[in-house]
Amino acid sequence: MGAVFKKELRGYFTGFTGYILLAVMLVMMGIYTMIYCLSYQYSAFEFVYGNTVFVLMLFVPILTMRMFAEEKKQGTDRLLYSLPLKMSDIIIGKYLASLVVLGIPCLFAGIYPLILSKFGNMNFKLIYVTMLGFFLLGAALTAVCMFISLLTENQIVAAIVSFVVLLLNYFMNNLTGYVPSTLFASTVILVILVIIVGLVVWAVTKNAVLADIVAIALMLALIVIRLVKAELIQGILPKILNKIELFEQFFNIVYGSLEISTIVLYLSVIVLFCVMSVQVLERRRWA
Amino acid sequence: MIEVRNLTRKYGDYTAVDSISFDIEDGRIYGFLGPNGAGKSTTMNIITGCLAATSGTVSVNGFDIFEEPIKAKKCIGYLPEIPPLYPDMTPLEYLKFVGSAKGMKKAQLNEAIPVVMEKTGISDVADKLIKNLSKGYKQRVGIAQAILGNPQVVILDEPTVGLDPKQIVEIRNLIRELGENHTVILSSHILPEVSEVCDEIIIISNGEIVASDTAENLINKFNPSTITEIIIKGDVEKAAEAVAELDEVKEVEIDDSATDGTAKLVVTSDCDIREALAEIFMHNGILAISMNLSKASLEDIFLEVTSENLHMLTGAAPVKKDAPADSGEVDEIQKDNVNELYEETSEEGDE
Repeated sequence: MGAVFKKELRGYFTGFTGYILLAVMLVMMGIYTMIYCLSYQYSAFEFVYGNTVFVLMLFVPILTMRMFAEEKKQGTDRLLYSLPLKMSDIIIGKYLASLVVLGIPCLFAGIYPLILSKFGNMNFKLIYVTMLGFFLLGAALTAVCMFISLLTENQIVAAIVSFVVLLLNYFMNNLTGYVPSTLFASTVILVILVIIVGLVVWAVTKNAVLADIVAIALMLALIVIRLVKAELIQGILPKILNKIELFEQFFNIVYGSLEISTIVLYLSVIVLFCVMSVQVLERRRWA
Repeated sequence: MIEVRNLTRKYGDYTAVDSISFDIEDGRIYGFLGPNGAGKSTTMNIITGCLAATSGTVSVNGFDIFEEPIKAKKCIGYLPEIPPLYPDMTPLEYLKFVGSAKGMKKAQLNEAIPVVMEKTGISDVADKLIKNLSKGYKQRVGIAQAILGNPQVVILDEPTVGLDPKQIVEIRNLIRELGENHTVILSSHILPEVSEVCDEIIIISNGEIVASDTAENLINKFNPSTITEIIIKGDVEKAAEAVAELDEVKEVEIDDSATDGTAKLVVTSDCDIREALAEIFMHNGILAISMNLSKASLEDIFLEVTSENLHMLTGAAPVKKDAPADSGEVDEIQKDNVNELYEETSEEGDE
């Protein structure tokens, strides 16, 4: 794992990618620090993190797009497979390296409030919790985009799909209002979702039996809930969507309400997508 | 060292490797020989754990590659067909990465890397970026990576493809050197390479092993005949009759296409009969101005055992059941292979 981590981190900084990503993020953070803290003389530095969070929508897809496409192109994926490395070593090594690139601007901007505190009162607790939230949000998005880039094996496709997924997540708050919440519509959409989950399981594992079992089990659960407690299904979609809005949860932190469920959500997303990536990499040898 | 049992690999309906079994013993150089698309690379990729098998087992040093991949992979150094290099690294950085991924400590690396670089002759370019190196040097860096950490088995997939003749000779010498301390498996579709370097040859065609033995045994087994070419001045018919009376002679052919008053007799026999021939000619007053002995070459054997492909070229034999649907394309590819084969061998002859 250490070897892959070092190699990957070096990879970011032998080309321009790492430097450009760092520069863009720091410039954006600098601009917002200028506007908020210096021009308007607000002491609420957490809003600098809150306002630069949209940069992650570009930062993360570019961070992850070349992770696997490059290896495939150079034929070095063969090397990684033939070396005595576990698949999890490869995934975690690469993931941690990208987290370092993400973490550097977060930490660097953490110096600003220390300087600014010379000129006014800063709420350090809130600021640094927000910084941690920013990093965790970025880490969760990175895990999602790493998974996407592993699926496509083409840098450009990986970057665009990742960007669209993050964009949808960013605007989900506005979109949930249009999601139907009647019992009938919810049931239909849930059935479609179950089928999609089955197809995804099949595509990822190439195991038709497993995919069937998963789909049938979910379908049965759905029928049981529909018969026993129909009100659970009614309006469930907007509720689910609201719960998995990664960006929206971060804004709650910025406004001063840190919920344990937010941290749990971020960590679950990270673990889930890392585990799925390991599975996909493992399965790749069967393709 | 390596045991392969009933290994099968399918891509959809196409069977790339069809239930092959073989053993690799310690301290020898093995050559996988076969036309492109025969299943050489697929087999190597499975042995090294890069690819999963549809069925069958591979055990390396007693470790199953599918059950205990880490332990098995520690015994193997692998150079795939395309050297797996990071163009933005220097060979030194690259070898450090591979070494530490192989679980070597820093002190071990500092000791082993210069040795490996010396062996593969890349010490001069240790600090150049890999992307600026020539194909030959890239191949050497790839080999250096494979032998780093002294694995018991070194597997090289077509190590000389795309190199110039001088580099080919150098890499072959390197492989021979490696054979002294390692078990080496290399694949090639170039005959002289395999017959020159390898102790043992495994010929693969259409995903099956069609022959496996030492070069000498292969020749004896598949074509034990000896061919003697004699150039006769004078009565060639009489000479042919006299020669045909010998017990060992199986076939006599007359080739009188030459216009300078000579004719050629091509005599097929079980063993070397030159002495007997000389005596006959002397007794019968036949003027033989040259006698040439030739054994069947490995090339003949190769063409014989992979003749299924040749039949496919001419369209004489039915297409094999597992061949992909677009067999027209396959024909094309294999035609190229055979041409390539001839080209390579004739080139070799010139050297």
